[in-house]
Amino acid sequence: MAGGPERDAVSGRHTTGHEWDGITELNTPLPKWWVYVFFACVAWALGYVILFPSVPMPGKAASGVLGYSSRAALAENLAAAEARMGEQLAGLRQLSLEEIAADPELATFARQGGEVMFKENCVPCHQSGGAGAYGYPTLADDEWIWGGSMEAIATTIRHGVRHDEDPESRFNIMPSFGADELLSEADIDQVADYVLALSKGEASQEGPGREIFETQCAVCHSSNGEGADGAGYRDFGGPALNNRIWLYGGEKEDIVAQINQPRHGVMPAWGERLGETTIKQLTLYVHGLGGGE
Amino acid sequence: MSLIKHHAKIETNVLLLTVGILLTVIAGGLVEIVPLFTIKSTIERVEGVRPYSPLELAGRNIYLREGCYNCHSQMIRPFRDEVERYGHYSLAAESIYDHPFQWGSKRTGPDLARVGGKYSDEWHARHLIDPRSVVAESIMPGYPHLARRDLAFDDAADHLKTLRVVGVPYSDAQIAQAGEHLAAQADPWGDHDALTEAYPGAKVGDFDGDPERLTEMDALIAYLQVLGTMVDFSDFDPARAGALR
Repeated sequence: MAGGPERDAVSGRHTTGHEWDGITELNTPLPKWWVYVFFACVAWALGYVILFPSVPMPGKAASGVLGYSSRAALAENLAAAEARMGEQLAGLRQLSLEEIAADPELATFARQGGEVMFKENCVPCHQSGGAGAYGYPTLADDEWIWGGSMEAIATTIRHGVRHDEDPESRFNIMPSFGADELLSEADIDQVADYVLALSKGEASQEGPGREIFETQCAVCHSSNGEGADGAGYRDFGGPALNNRIWLYGGEKEDIVAQINQPRHGVMPAWGERLGETTIKQLTLYVHGLGGGE
Repeated sequence: MSLIKHHAKIETNVLLLTVGILLTVIAGGLVEIVPLFTIKSTIERVEGVRPYSPLELAGRNIYLREGCYNCHSQMIRPFRDEVERYGHYSLAAESIYDHPFQWGSKRTGPDLARVGGKYSDEWHARHLIDPRSVVAESIMPGYPHLARRDLAFDDAADHLKTLRVVGVPYSDAQIAQAGEHLAAQADPWGDHDALTEAYPGAKVGDFDGDPERLTEMDALIAYLQVLGTMVDFSDFDPARAGALR
């Protein structure tokens, strides 16, 4: 029992009264500092319950004397950040892309914010610095499928590419020339050879490959493979073929596969998710990666 | 010191200790839990949250089976850094049909509460098969087997029925047509009217890039693509929804 009558001869302390084979148990009290810390914690908890929302009451949670709410604190934090960058953010909201780009200080602010958002949202596909990957276009060069002007970049970010839920999304479909039997296997082989030569700048103006290209491909890729831009209707989004930039590989078998049954990449629409200010920041960042028009 | 002496009496008597613990737990339970049943604002009133479609539900089961929750939470906390990275903070109402919910604080990978619509289906398929093919610094393991395994969905209706027992409002018609709805959602050329009527906003398509087969990859991507997309936050007012607590 606590505070039992027996004392241990060696230490002079009380024993608990428990004994096993002649060995008794000392009743050593808790250290004083520990007991005080324990009581301090209890007092702290009481104070916390009074100051902060802790106790559920019938009908409503008790809000605590300080009236703290994590969502209200978030609103305050956001407002403070907004106030800190108020001038720049107002500029981003009110000015057009060209006006922002013309103001060096504001443009730098926009690009820095754009870089952060690019890392979080765009890098998974377009890779670090817009380096691009198989199936995801490089953004750091001057080759653009849907246009490299600031307005065109902003539109692409806002509405995406082949994003079903957005009616204004960029959209085109290349026919499956092989799978839908629009061209024979031999035709595809010849036109693939022509496209390969075109990309190396060695294409001849005659021959069966050239003929097929003119009748089947030139309508979107333009007659010398400059792409839809060369033909003056970039909204078609037919990529240029007269260079060595390939989205799905530049070997002959890749080109044959693409003519046979094309892959169609999808980019989500970001308008609703990110909001117009962020899209302006991203546009300036992407436009400044190296290839902006 | 007399109080301490009485305490010793409790500590050295098993029956007394048991009764004392029971009383303490009952008191705590009454104070902490019972009032919650009367608080209406515990779950905010929001528009748009619907039960998962059978395909999304099958994907959710794969998400649980593969232990995705060990590294990914589905709860955006109301902090500026999280809100600016992931989007609007999560609401309790968004998990109302989750049994169990997938909140959590273990984030080896990013939060997935609003991953729906952030990437293309093709990206998800490529990323799940080999994460490092698109995210060089990723430490996530690959899940290529999901693309190889056919989705077993002959028990789709049973899953809906089970969830109805715990309060998810699946109708008799939804349960009866679970298999058809599931197949329709993964078929880009099928008839989707019945599906989208039963599950508004359900995204249809060939999720895994292989239109010939209905794989576990199809289901998982369908689930990932719906995460966080049901509530339209453009007209969400925290104060009016009773959420600003």
